[in-house]
Amino acid sequence: MNSSADSVAIAFFAGFITLTLAITYWAARRTSSTDDFYAAGRTVTAGQNGIALAGDYMSAASFLGIAGLVSTSGFDGLIYSTGWLVGWPVVLFLIAEPLRNLGRYTFADVVAARLDPIPVRIAAACGTLATIAFYLIAQMVGAGGLIKLLFGIPYEAAVVIVGVAMMAYVLFGGMLATTWVQIVKAVLLLGGAAALALMVLSRFHFDPRELFAQAAAKYGAGVLAPGKLVSNPLDAISLGLALMFGTAGLPHILMRFYTVPDARAARKSVFIATGLIGMFYLMTFVLGFGAMVLVGPDAIKAVDAGGNMAAPMLAQLLGGRPFLGFIAAVAFATILAVVAGLALSGAAAISHDLWSSVIRRGHPKPGEELLVARIATIGLALIAITLGILFKGQNVAFMVGLAFAIAASANFPALVLSVFWRRTSTAGATASMVTGTLATLLLISLSPAVQVDLLHHASAIFPLKNPALVSIPLSFATGVIVSLLFPDREGAARYAALEKRLLLGAD
Amino acid sequence: MVTPSTSAAEATRTLAIKRWRIAATLTLLMVCVYFGFIALVAYRPALLAKQVQDGLSIGIILGALVIVAAWVLTYTYVRWANQVYDPALLALRAHHEGEQ
Repeated sequence: MNSSADSVAIAFFAGFITLTLAITYWAARRTSSTDDFYAAGRTVTAGQNGIALAGDYMSAASFLGIAGLVSTSGFDGLIYSTGWLVGWPVVLFLIAEPLRNLGRYTFADVVAARLDPIPVRIAAACGTLATIAFYLIAQMVGAGGLIKLLFGIPYEAAVVIVGVAMMAYVLFGGMLATTWVQIVKAVLLLGGAAALALMVLSRFHFDPRELFAQAAAKYGAGVLAPGKLVSNPLDAISLGLALMFGTAGLPHILMRFYTVPDARAARKSVFIATGLIGMFYLMTFVLGFGAMVLVGPDAIKAVDAGGNMAAPMLAQLLGGRPFLGFIAAVAFATILAVVAGLALSGAAAISHDLWSSVIRRGHPKPGEELLVARIATIGLALIAITLGILFKGQNVAFMVGLAFAIAASANFPALVLSVFWRRTSTAGATASMVTGTLATLLLISLSPAVQVDLLHHASAIFPLKNPALVSIPLSFATGVIVSLLFPDREGAARYAALEKRLLLGAD
Repeated sequence: MVTPSTSAAEATRTLAIKRWRIAATLTLLMVCVYFGFIALVAYRPALLAKQVQDGLSIGIILGALVIVAAWVLTYTYVRWANQVYDPALLALRAHHEGEQ
């Protein structure tokens, strides 16, 4: 496939950039307070937020990565498809409504709602920034490599373009611009994937069974059955735990619940997001097997060993170069939108949690928090660009899994304990978040993903690729034990007040 | 559920516990569905390889059913919340306002 510097792809992409910058210009004129910047003035409707949540969540890794994985290893790829969705019901049942009722801008607001805010917010900001750092590296390195493949632009230039565009959206347009970038991207991605899936199915009389049967006829019945990907069941369970509970701890996802007017709208928006995301992952079944049968695993691996080009190659085969250009631009837009959401939640952790609540003890000067948030956005964009260039050529696919592991171990347990368990104390919540972050980082550095894949050692001290199986229970246990050992004074009275707000909001 | 004899604080507690039970039960169901699927993948690969129709292996059916199960559980919660929880919240709000 000779798609380098494809003019159609570049035209589509230029169209996306123009549209999103126009949205940013429009949003910038409506962004003047912290409420506007972090939460789009709480004017986003449940439907808009549902689509934006789906846009925030469906990264290029899931579109290109899972389609590629299914096209080269069959059923094994589907294990990931299902794993990415099952975190959403958990977000709905445990997190969305309490978060909206108890917090203002960040998830630390919720944990700090009835605890001593200073230690809690420092710990929460560390967990947030660690999650974001891993997620950003994965997205930036993925973006650089992908854009090089799709558009023929040099890696470093691609990373800089992504970093600068993301900075422009967030810096000027805040949450309102970010939300609409997510919505545009989600509609393009779902529309593109659906069109591609329909084109695939049209070759098989619109019967997926015929598609799967042809895949089995061509490459053996093994492609429809579990293969060697799940050779170690504990690895699969650990990754599954990270995906399931990490979603409910992702700072950029949690932040979206503050953009809607109330808890009821938060609930409705998760319902819509779950529907859209589930549909998307069901389509990856068709896209993956479609690429396997129509393009062929060998041809896909010849272009990119990781299989990332399966969906674009399928698009070229079925819709010609214009459709390839469209899908390539959608993939790029996807990365841009996700990094914008990440940068905004990182800026909120720095300005709202660290600057206003810790350094200024909850009393920032007027306008100061917004200024700090904007400076933090510039800083985060520069860091993202630097990390993207530093990690060039590294296998970063595992980093998204690790970002989920940190979110699941550092953020999720403290969030659940502080909302649902009356005896959670300041010391307990803080210890849970610190332990979750440090244990995850330590176990990752001792895991085969770093020791064997990255440092090329013969073996690793810690056997699992993803630490969630150990780090989530450890974080919960630490939170419970430390809370019991070091209770807060007046903890019970504070929880009674919290419980009213938990149900009824902060009217 | 909210009777005049209970205090607003007690009524809040009762409703909070009720919501927690529903949320915890549904979360547990989702955990069972997904990790049940993963356990079958890990320990019963031969069963999942079986094709009930040409091209349709049990593994693919169950994989799609995990996604459908996530939808069904989500819908179950939203339905409960709209029909039972929201009216209860409304009553609770009135109760709190009545006490003030």
